[in-house]
Amino acid sequence: MTSTAKWRTWLLHLGVAAVVAYCLAPFYWMLVSSLRRSSDIFDTSLLPTSVSFENYRAVFSPSQGFGRALLNSLIVSGTTTVLALLLATFTAYAMARLHFRFKRLILTLIIATSMFPVVSIVVPLLKLFTDIGWINTYQAMIVPSMSFVLPLAVWNLTTFFKQMPDELEEAAMIDGCTQGQAFRKVIIPLAAPGIFTTAIICFIAAWNEFLIALSMTNRPSIQTAPVAISKFTGATQFDIPFGSQMAAGVLVTVPLVIMVLLFQRRIVAGLTAGAAK
Amino acid sequence: MVDTKIPPGAADRTGSHTGKSPAPVKGSKRTWATAASGRTAALLVSPTLLVLTVVVLYPTLMALKESLYGTKGLDPQTGFISDTEPFVGLQNYADIFGDAGDRFWNAFWNTTFFTVTTVGLETLIGVAMALIMHRAFSGRALIRASILIPWAVPTAISGLLWRWIFNSDGIANALIGHQVLWTTEGFHAKVAVIIAEVWKTSPFIGLLVLAGLQVIPKEVYEAARLDGAGPLAQFWRITLPLVKPALLVAVLFRCLDALRMFDLPYLLIGAQKNSVETLSMLAQNEASNVRFGPAAAYAVLLFVYVFLIALGFVRLLGADLVGDVGGPARTKGKSRLRRGSIRNSAEVPTA
Amino acid sequence: MNARTSRVLQCSAVLVAAGLVLTACGSSDDSSSSGASKSPSFSGRGPITYAAAKDSSGVVQKVIDSWNEQHPKEKVTFVQLPADVNQQRQQMIQNAETKSDAYTVLSLDVVWTSEFAAHQWIDQLPAAQFPLDKMLKPTVQTGQYRDNLYAVPQSSDGGVLYYRSDLLKKAGVAATPTTWAEMKAACAKVEKLPEAKGMDCYAGQFQKYEGLTVNFAEAVNSAGGVITDADGKPNVDTPEAKKGLDFLVDSFKDGTIPKEAITYQEEEGRQAFQSGKLVFLRNWPYVYSLAEKSKVAGKFEVAPLPGLTGAGSSSLGGHNVALSSFAENKATALDFMKFFTSQDTATTFLKDASMAPPYEALYDDQALVKQYPYLPVLKKSILNAVPRPRVVQYGDASSAIQQEAYAALNGDKSSAQALKDLQDELQKSAAQ
Repeated sequence: MTSTAKWRTWLLHLGVAAVVAYCLAPFYWMLVSSLRRSSDIFDTSLLPTSVSFENYRAVFSPSQGFGRALLNSLIVSGTTTVLALLLATFTAYAMARLHFRFKRLILTLIIATSMFPVVSIVVPLLKLFTDIGWINTYQAMIVPSMSFVLPLAVWNLTTFFKQMPDELEEAAMIDGCTQGQAFRKVIIPLAAPGIFTTAIICFIAAWNEFLIALSMTNRPSIQTAPVAISKFTGATQFDIPFGSQMAAGVLVTVPLVIMVLLFQRRIVAGLTAGAAK
Repeated sequence: MVDTKIPPGAADRTGSHTGKSPAPVKGSKRTWATAASGRTAALLVSPTLLVLTVVVLYPTLMALKESLYGTKGLDPQTGFISDTEPFVGLQNYADIFGDAGDRFWNAFWNTTFFTVTTVGLETLIGVAMALIMHRAFSGRALIRASILIPWAVPTAISGLLWRWIFNSDGIANALIGHQVLWTTEGFHAKVAVIIAEVWKTSPFIGLLVLAGLQVIPKEVYEAARLDGAGPLAQFWRITLPLVKPALLVAVLFRCLDALRMFDLPYLLIGAQKNSVETLSMLAQNEASNVRFGPAAAYAVLLFVYVFLIALGFVRLLGADLVGDVGGPARTKGKSRLRRGSIRNSAEVPTA
Repeated sequence: MNARTSRVLQCSAVLVAAGLVLTACGSSDDSSSSGASKSPSFSGRGPITYAAAKDSSGVVQKVIDSWNEQHPKEKVTFVQLPADVNQQRQQMIQNAETKSDAYTVLSLDVVWTSEFAAHQWIDQLPAAQFPLDKMLKPTVQTGQYRDNLYAVPQSSDGGVLYYRSDLLKKAGVAATPTTWAEMKAACAKVEKLPEAKGMDCYAGQFQKYEGLTVNFAEAVNSAGGVITDADGKPNVDTPEAKKGLDFLVDSFKDGTIPKEAITYQEEEGRQAFQSGKLVFLRNWPYVYSLAEKSKVAGKFEVAPLPGLTGAGSSSLGGHNVALSSFAENKATALDFMKFFTSQDTATTFLKDASMAPPYEALYDDQALVKQYPYLPVLKKSILNAVPRPRVVQYGDASSAIQQEAYAALNGDKSSAQALKDLQDELQKSAAQ
């Protein structure tokens, strides 16, 4: 190894360390706070004086229904992600590959829908969903979540699809694929990193959606994790259960990250394998 | 510029009218531009538009209507609030130039300030993160996991976490060894919000830019290296132009989100703090005091503001964001990419 | 490029036009419901719901279960709302706006009664059917709007003064301070003790939120001032009110109240007191049992809030239950409300979850006093309490109070100016 190369690797490691530290330091604080006993929750020592799992026990006490809430979150965000990605792929394909009128208008309309503050659409939406009997249903959370992530998904996928050279599809079509097949077998695998990143972002956005999930449900059996967390109370009105909130924060974040990483390997591997056929 | 004419009121007829297809720009694209492609496009696009119409367009139109109504009055005789809201026309909008205007403009500037600073910092940090992640081979899983975490923590929780960190006896003050009362009015409150927001959302840009980096074929870099381009030149001449579309979309959507910022300042600093009150907070505050008309007006004004910003953004920063398929304008970088990737992936379909 | 701009403009024009069309259609209102209030009939029996913040002690569910056992055909479901009071209120208002029957019986914060009653989101209740005469009078007042009963007290709360009895004793302060001056004098003595080095004297809740309204109101009332007079008219620009506000402002200036207390909500104050940083703390009774488990356990006692010339007066906390106007099965609901606000239920709430009862008799029950030594002090505090301004636009009134009080405490405004501006603001909001 030359000395510049060594120096560069060293710099890279430093960069990696800096990024990891930047991202994890506040999270570390969350973790440490969640492991403190409620009597020394106000400490600022960098390590908990004595590690206690009482906050985690509190989160999983049956009355909180937190396990069920995690499952609901998974159902809602999973469905949202799959459906939104499907619709967005169709739309983005049309945007990137087809000629038709009003394309710019449609793209503008799509992005315009993500410009209205969510707090202002809750009441009309609640009226609508009450009228059609959607209160306390998964679709009452899935459909709004989809609409919140669709603009980003469409725009993002359009960008990635457009970056893929047309000639590839043309070549595939000469080999006898239809236009759709060519797209599926050539473009999608190549755009896999973009599709996957879009999926992660959609999933996390849906996972963290709170206001709609809170307003459209009033049964514990259907509430999502952020809603369940918002209902954590201390012994009284004023006593804030900071420890259990932080424990719940850890519990909704870590499985999410692990899941994303596992899926990523599978999906990316699957897509790339598909390309080789 | 392919689609040149839009008949008035076209928005709702997009689906059914294919009309005459615009002439294809390039002769070689014979397969794409037909009347059939219009129908296909309508088929492909309509589900998305349907969902957006139900969930966003309908409430938005309701809010537009609501913004023309005033606050329900109290009948001093019965002590009850009247059932109907008076129609006030554009009064709620005109009010921003009157008494209530100070608060509106303060929120307006806060919103703008937060957007410029947070998105600016996020872009820098996000791009740096992406470049490092793209290069790093050892510990890639760890770095990916850690970069996801800030973005994955629910905003409500991260607001609480940061409030705790910025507590008067919290860890932030312990670390800097000086007591700053972060949650009081003043510039430090803005700083606290910016720190927390940048931490939370830099990964968003980082992830999208990383994905953009990953689809750049390696051959392009190899070719550049053969031409004798140094790392810096490679970054400016290849990486940045090629990753630009992904970066622009990321930044655009961050802007849209930042302009609607609500939870974080609300949880971290608190409601009705002039230093951090944003337009979304103002709209929410009015709505929570049962003044739905003014609340809707603020929301509409915010919408218009975001719309103008997005528009300016798209115009300023390049046509390739919206871009036209088969349009004549292709950047140099693009054509290079194309050559590179054809060589790269020519074997893929046949292998 | 211009083509694009005009296209976008056209597109927004379409949006606006659509809005106008909707307006034209929507502006025809039905005038059928504009008459005076209809007297509710309380008819219908069947399942109902009770909407309140989740309760971690589980006592609410326990009480509901015992009702459900006796009334299998009129079961009550507990709809749990978020812990944050603003979110609770928002959920209730959203349901009222959509005329949803999802919530039958509502647990209202004491300050919401006027607003909910004026909007006719809750029904007027038959006062004769509730044992209001056995309840502490200030708590009953919080459930009334224009002398009619709209909500029945379920629990109460009052501010009390926590103090370090160990330090006071050591410093030779014989009597518990009953005035602000005595409190400051006691602090001066305590702070000379070696073990009290670096301690601050007093704190309450001074962050810009509802707690500041409470603390401001207490200061003003304890100095003989009022925020709104007996007729509900704002009257806060008075010398008495100024003395009250000046106590807080001067205490911040001379260090009686530490400067970080401007960021304190209930929990931060409790934290400071429990870690031994404060001699005196204004807080709610909930602190008692928690502080008993901290390092100041056994070293503190409670007293009524001090005032300018004698005992001060507290603001009232607590919750009332009300009946949503849009609910079904109101006969069941009324029965359940009677059960839920009965003295027996209040005893259970006190025993299991230390919720302060509205019933006077429970404060004198020796067994309960043994369990909760602060009860006699709390009773005094509630009896002396002044409800926060009972106005329809409570949210606006409270915002105005927070805005002006915060400015005065920060030194951005003189207290005289703050009170003058507050008076203007309150009048403006009342005129709406």
